[in-house]
Amino acid sequence: MDEHRDARGPEDAPEVPLDAAFFRRWLTAAAATVEEEADRLTELDSAIGDADHGANMRRGLTAVVSAVEEERPPTPGAVLVLAGRTLVSTVGGASGPLYGTLLRRTGKALDDAPEVGLARLAGALRTGVDAVGQLGGATAGDKTMLDALLPALDALDEGLDAAARAAEKGAGDTVPMRARKGRASYLGERSIGHQDPGATSSALLFAALARTARAGAADGEGGTP
Amino acid sequence: MTDQPQVGVVLVSHSRDVAESVARLATELAAGGATAPAVAAGGTPDGGLGTSAELIAHAARRADRGAGVVLLADLGSAVLTVRTLLAEGDELPPGARLADAPFVEGAVAALVTASAGADAAAVAAAAEEAYTYRKT
Repeated sequence: MDEHRDARGPEDAPEVPLDAAFFRRWLTAAAATVEEEADRLTELDSAIGDADHGANMRRGLTAVVSAVEEERPPTPGAVLVLAGRTLVSTVGGASGPLYGTLLRRTGKALDDAPEVGLARLAGALRTGVDAVGQLGGATAGDKTMLDALLPALDALDEGLDAAARAAEKGAGDTVPMRARKGRASYLGERSIGHQDPGATSSALLFAALARTARAGAADGEGGTP
Repeated sequence: MTDQPQVGVVLVSHSRDVAESVARLATELAAGGATAPAVAAGGTPDGGLGTSAELIAHAARRADRGAGVVLLADLGSAVLTVRTLLAEGDELPPGARLADAPFVEGAVAALVTASAGADAAAVAAAAEEAYTYRKT
């Protein structure tokens, strides 16, 4: 079902199949990263938004960690679906339905596979990112989270570290863009010169994903080659 | 007024005050008296500004009389949350739909039409038609 599972990436990192526990660890790491960076996210959002992105993401991911640790869904797909549903119901800002849709659609696309390889995850994420674009009506270059998510997807076949670097660069590349979606779009030219908060939080989530995979590989968790 | 179940109207705003005031405005302006329900879903459960999926789902259940529910939303996350609930979840009653309509004018048009016994498609269409009313 997944011929890439045992392939080695260009960085020579052995690809380990990712299970439900891996995705729980990722969400915990993402919550910790967002906790650390909440002030920065809010600062970016106060420049071109309504200064609640840090607090909203923190509240959402804290609820996500509680939910997945309590329910312990058995598959990666079920973990992501629960996480997405929790974000929709707890965030209170646009990042709730947007990230909620991303995780829920990605989770649904993973179906009930007990473990997933990188290729399968990439395909499912593509479904999730497409759904985000459809929900918000945004495309690349609109100065939104898509400007981090799309480059990350494109780099994903080179591994999670490459995807995280691409997301980080994508977020940085939003600085000279003019916002065309969301509240920042009301600012017109004045949105230029600020990094998009949603692209920034997307980059943080990919950084946490890569870090979780590195930690898992070092610990031999999720299976060793 | 009518034996048929009426379409419910749900008003989703970032602000509890806005949602409740528009619901009251529409109810009071409905010609001949509103008989269809207009239910507000505004702000977060603690009364702050924002959007609550829970409040929206709760309001939709309260507005549902078996003939469908038409939702109107004001901005950003209110619109995105309703669209997400419609696309993904089973939290909204069957036949729920989001009207692409101006919030205040659409609410009045929707409630008048719902109170006249129209179906959900006609109620949503009446709300959407409010966009065509030019002010200059």
